[in-house]
Amino acid sequence: MHWLTTVVRRAATIALASALFGQGAFAVTLRVADQGDAVSMDPHSFNESLQLSFTGNVYEPLVARDKSLGLVPGLATSWKQTDPTTWRFELRRGVRFHDGSPFSADDVIFSYRRALAEGSDVKTYVGTIREIRRVGEYSIDIVTAAPFPILPDVLTLWYIMSKAWCETNGATQPVDKRKGVENAASFRANGTGPFRLKSRDPGVRTVLARHAGYWDRIETNIEEVIFTPIGNDATRVAALISGEVDLMQPVPVQDAARLSQNPALKVMLGPELRTIFLGMDQKRDELLYSSVKGKNPFKDRRVRQAFYNAIDIDAIRSRIMRGAAVPAALLIGPGVKGFAPEQNRRLPHDPEAARKLLAEAGYPNGFEVKLNCPNDRYINDSEICQAVAGMLARIGVRVQLETESKATYFPKVLSRNTSFYMLGWTPGTYDAHNVLFSVMASPGAAGQGQFNLGSYSNTRLDDLTARIASETNPGRRDAMIAEALKIHAEDVGHLPLHQQSLAWGMKRNVNPAQRPDNFTPYKYVVVQ
Amino acid sequence: MNGAAARFLDSDLWVSFKRNPQVIGAAVFAAILIAGAVFAPWVAPHRPFDLASLSLNDSMLPPAWNPQGRLAYALGTDDQGRDVLSTILYGSRISLLVGLASVLFASTLGVTLGLLSGYVGGRLDALLMRVADIQLSFPAILIALLVDGIARAALPRGAHDERLAIAVLIGSIGLANWVQYARMVRGSTMVEKRKEYVQAARLIGVSRWSIMLRHVFPNVTGPVLVIATINIATAILTEATLSFLGVGVPQTTPSLGTMISNGNNFLYSGEWWLVVFPGATLVLLCMSVNLIGDWLRDALDPRLS
Repeated sequence: MHWLTTVVRRAATIALASALFGQGAFAVTLRVADQGDAVSMDPHSFNESLQLSFTGNVYEPLVARDKSLGLVPGLATSWKQTDPTTWRFELRRGVRFHDGSPFSADDVIFSYRRALAEGSDVKTYVGTIREIRRVGEYSIDIVTAAPFPILPDVLTLWYIMSKAWCETNGATQPVDKRKGVENAASFRANGTGPFRLKSRDPGVRTVLARHAGYWDRIETNIEEVIFTPIGNDATRVAALISGEVDLMQPVPVQDAARLSQNPALKVMLGPELRTIFLGMDQKRDELLYSSVKGKNPFKDRRVRQAFYNAIDIDAIRSRIMRGAAVPAALLIGPGVKGFAPEQNRRLPHDPEAARKLLAEAGYPNGFEVKLNCPNDRYINDSEICQAVAGMLARIGVRVQLETESKATYFPKVLSRNTSFYMLGWTPGTYDAHNVLFSVMASPGAAGQGQFNLGSYSNTRLDDLTARIASETNPGRRDAMIAEALKIHAEDVGHLPLHQQSLAWGMKRNVNPAQRPDNFTPYKYVVVQ
Repeated sequence: MNGAAARFLDSDLWVSFKRNPQVIGAAVFAAILIAGAVFAPWVAPHRPFDLASLSLNDSMLPPAWNPQGRLAYALGTDDQGRDVLSTILYGSRISLLVGLASVLFASTLGVTLGLLSGYVGGRLDALLMRVADIQLSFPAILIALLVDGIARAALPRGAHDERLAIAVLIGSIGLANWVQYARMVRGSTMVEKRKEYVQAARLIGVSRWSIMLRHVFPNVTGPVLVIATINIATAILTEATLSFLGVGVPQTTPSLGTMISNGNNFLYSGEWWLVVFPGATLVLLCMSVNLIGDWLRDALDPRLS
């Protein structure tokens, strides 16, 4: 009578469950599979979308973003400018960290210092702040070095950590994963967010559990999130089809059509703000990985333009991305403040002209250079690089392609140990200034050019970037952004490729909010 | 007709071969594939590793018999526009090279250590055989992964160099498989060294090395040939597995394993030819080699004839 006992046991379980969770939305576990893993649990250690998206469920910023990227109060309830360089932030009262300790102004000031400390990768978000003054236990003044009208936008990816917890655990500084160091905050977490970190097994499985004492009423009915990185595309698709996971990101472009035909599943498509591009080392006098000795071919604008002309972006869009990409001429895409469609015109695909340019620059037979690419970060990243290698071969440039997992790729290229690399950038502020400041400006002490890995440099662009930061007149600001982008395009500072489309696969009953920054706040996911 | 060929055509081996249609089929398939691989630069319709000759506009074409296919690409093309048939031919080169070379390496190492162990005996024997025991308790693929990982860590920059990657692969697969040879040769050596001819040689003052190499060695090699043949298939599979897992040869110079690994990503989207053709080639190649090996074992076994 086995089946009978099973039935009785199940009925009892269901009865118990409904007694516990009441009549409304029942509590569920959301199983998420992603192409990669968050590198660390430390919200200041790595400025990357997945890392910030994932830790953003555990930690919170002062100013948050809602489903449509609008600014909403986070740990600050209100903010206003008291003079051109000073902002008064009123902090939320009664918020508790996951360990039960209260949140106050001291945690904010501590997190500011921490985000500026050595090893921090998020200096770019707090670099414009000169100091933070404590006004009261729940009130602070943020003082910027120069007028900075978009300060609240910039603060959305700077997460607040607990001063007491970091001090007790010896994690008062973020550690640089690139140097192979980790500390308590890399594996454990204590934030104020809607979910707390329950267990962490890097690269294997990370479990989040609902924080019962969260300050806000949120719509999700998820009690637990099990996050599993599955690098292999086919395995990830299989996991969704077999029902092993509920939400899967990203759907391989070739599988989107077939998955959406499956009655149990759905695919959410949408534009992403991220721009994928290639960068070249323009600083060293001799490239680290090239057959050219004694000089750096990328210092010559003609070589950079030849590379640009060699790339057949339409073939990449239609063949490799299967249409799920928008070719880009700028490092910002539609949806980012400062984007101007009339500027978004690519140089033509013209191998003939490219060969001529190379010959003029003194490389009639081309040269050899190594291209570094991730193979699990962006959609079809290594396929794009292989295709680019083929296109460059046609103008005589022999590309030695090195593709690897982002776990080894980013430490390598972020320490500038590369001659030619691929990167994708989503402006964390949804404003052109962020890209100008982080990716195009010459590397500097305040975090400028932190992701300008080839050290492209133009003093006029640097000057404009600094002035855009403090310009309050929208018309003049747009004009300066347009000029800076024009300079960058004329210099061929980077080789823009495209904006990829977002594609998430999920069970029919899973309803997430798909934000164009590719963030997945689990507090917006509802399971029916 | 010279003497050796005449003797071969008259031998039991040839007679048994002629009577065995399965083995003839296997041998013919293996011969065609080996010839195709060796002469790939001349017989392959395209040059899949010449990046300049690839066109993305020809990517993902189905096989020629499909209405969308093209005659120029008999078995279709992959996501980079490489011709699948040509890539299989070039890829088999790497698979066969790694398979044969690692078997050669493993058998040389195994036979040498087995001979020494069996003939010298004592502490050396105990040491070598304990190492062998330990290694036998792990699956060969695990050892290969371990050796491969260590070699890559020790050679950080060069590991991506294609030739070095192949050498590392050969070394790691070889090191994972020597035990079988050593075990077998050691056993036979211990039997042989007690036989009268060895004792006679010792009595007349022949040196130990000379006895080992010139008298014992020729008498223990028969079974080595059989193990080696069967091991070729295993080594090719190990190479494919390692490449499938992404630790084998680099993506840009695919072996059969990397082709299958790449094609695997397109299984759900219906581009079956990317995985089916290299997969079928691998299966048929390993099956033919195994069939030949099995037949060789039976044909060389006096108790079965």
